[in-house]
Amino acid sequence: MRRNIRADRLPTIWCTGCGNGVVLSAFLRAVEELGMEMDKIAVVSGIGCSGRIGGYIKGDSIHVAHGRALPVALGAKLARPDMTIVAFMGDGDAFSIGGNHLLHAARRNDDVKAIVVNNLIFGMTGGQISPTTPPEAMDRGLMEGKAAKELDGSVLCALLGASYVARWPNLDFLELKDSIKVALTTKGFALVEALSQCPVQFGKYTVRDSLGLMKWIKEKTIGIDEAKRDGDTHGKILTGEFAKPGEGVNPKLRDLILR
Amino acid sequence: MDFVSGSEVMARGAIRAGCRAFFGYPITPSSEIMALMAEELPKVNGVFMQMEDEIAASAAAIGASWAGAKSMTATSGPGFSLMQENIGMATMLEIPLVIVDVQRVGPSTGIPTMGAQQDLMQSIWGRHGDQLTVVLSPSSFDELFTMTVRAFNLAEELRIPLILLTDGHMVTLRSLADLRHPVDVTNRKHLTKDEASLPFRPNGSLVPGFPRMGEELNVLFDTLVHNERGYPTANSKKARRLLKRLREKVEASIDRVWDCEQSGPQDSDTLVVSYGSSAISARYAVNLALAEGDSVSLLVMKSLWPLNERELSRVFEGRKRVIVVEQALGQLAWLVRPYVEKGSKLIESTSIGRPPDPFRLLKLIRGGA
Repeated sequence: MRRNIRADRLPTIWCTGCGNGVVLSAFLRAVEELGMEMDKIAVVSGIGCSGRIGGYIKGDSIHVAHGRALPVALGAKLARPDMTIVAFMGDGDAFSIGGNHLLHAARRNDDVKAIVVNNLIFGMTGGQISPTTPPEAMDRGLMEGKAAKELDGSVLCALLGASYVARWPNLDFLELKDSIKVALTTKGFALVEALSQCPVQFGKYTVRDSLGLMKWIKEKTIGIDEAKRDGDTHGKILTGEFAKPGEGVNPKLRDLILR
Repeated sequence: MDFVSGSEVMARGAIRAGCRAFFGYPITPSSEIMALMAEELPKVNGVFMQMEDEIAASAAAIGASWAGAKSMTATSGPGFSLMQENIGMATMLEIPLVIVDVQRVGPSTGIPTMGAQQDLMQSIWGRHGDQLTVVLSPSSFDELFTMTVRAFNLAEELRIPLILLTDGHMVTLRSLADLRHPVDVTNRKHLTKDEASLPFRPNGSLVPGFPRMGEELNVLFDTLVHNERGYPTANSKKARRLLKRLREKVEASIDRVWDCEQSGPQDSDTLVVSYGSSAISARYAVNLALAEGDSVSLLVMKSLWPLNERELSRVFEGRKRVIVVEQALGQLAWLVRPYVEKGSKLIESTSIGRPPDPFRLLKLIRGGA
């Protein structure tokens, strides 16, 4: 795994307890377990703390403008179909400024692999609300007293026809890693969303220690099987596999969302 | 010879220059270029895609060029505004790219169907941050072909997003064109394994070699200010070194970039300056004046940025009247104003939504209004 890291760039710029390292580690382990070589993978990353992930991976990588990782990845894939193109994005990149690109990548089923590190907040810029910020973590000054509904980009992508979509909290590391393995070997658009902890910016509204926050996030989620059994998400964030290659949208998701 | 449209001439020029990737979004009057690229690229194993917007189109072109394909996008006014972000990105990443802006009347939605020349300043200054890129503009039907080839050559050689500035009148012209004559094609210089540890330190030039993807060169391209290793840095000295090199690599090639057409006596009091479709009218008016014995000369600017200051000073020397012919409210005039000698007169001839009337220009050349 170490051979795929730019060791000369360590330590990372991330704060102690940051979830980016968890997602990077899951990716590197997935690559290792699949026996893939980094010269067959090119990494695109967006802007924000998670945008720095690409710069720590030893391989062809490009750190592009905020929100534009997916169209850059698609251009690269079309010009070099032999390469696997992975785009790392944050929730700002994927669901806010780059939201339009995400919807079209899913609808066209672009052959790129997206890994979204969703820390539920704008971390690098100081803790402003993102489209996925839950009401309890909203900066009162910025939300003007209105609670807007969160955007569920992963569910949207599954319904739009992406080949593979999965979401896990960072605490479910093995599921996260296994989903990245599926994503890397799936043709078409694959999206793996990691619900990641930001103990500094998100933590100032919720839980400040990293492990405590990982548990807090996990408790905010509900597995798709459990939700289906209850017939309700209980206002929690759905986790699990939302679309699979060859199977399309998970029928349980369809029942829960379109009931 | 083929009887073709200006858009087709540009599309064929791009293919001949080696363009193998095109990404676009429909917009008048540039859509015909996109339609033709969609038709032509598959024939040469190239890739084409209509994207969700112009931001995505320019981003995908950057991605394809990063992966090794000569890439292009074409748009008009509003789309050109959206692309500014990614033109800046390509400048910082040193990714070769040709961006065609088919100018139309603006600002905002303006008059989509009418050609104009109002994007000159945006071509030069549209991005945030210190940046310098090349702006070329064809001013004849044949040049729509030759200059498109030249645009790709310069973009690849200098690793820049090059702006090919044309307009709605030029691309909708139809005429006979020779699309088969031989062209010189420049391909990008590649980074060697030995150079890969410092991929942004050029060896003996100002332009570093371009790494091939998938060859274990492990180059990080970063839109953040980066050191010669390619890694992000906030060191002011290193930032200064990078920004200076990005600028100097373009400035140092000014003699190859600079392109203009001059006709008429060098010592005439009156000089007519123009570019693009306006230059066709200006050329016609100057030729009429010369045929009738008037003393007037013409400067058609084919490269609009950066300027060759020495050459411009020489051309403007001793001119008493400078008539600037453009389809904008004084953008080309602003560009050449510093070269108009003290005490000399700068006359702006502006037309909006249509090319200038050569007979009106003839009157202006002869001192009328």
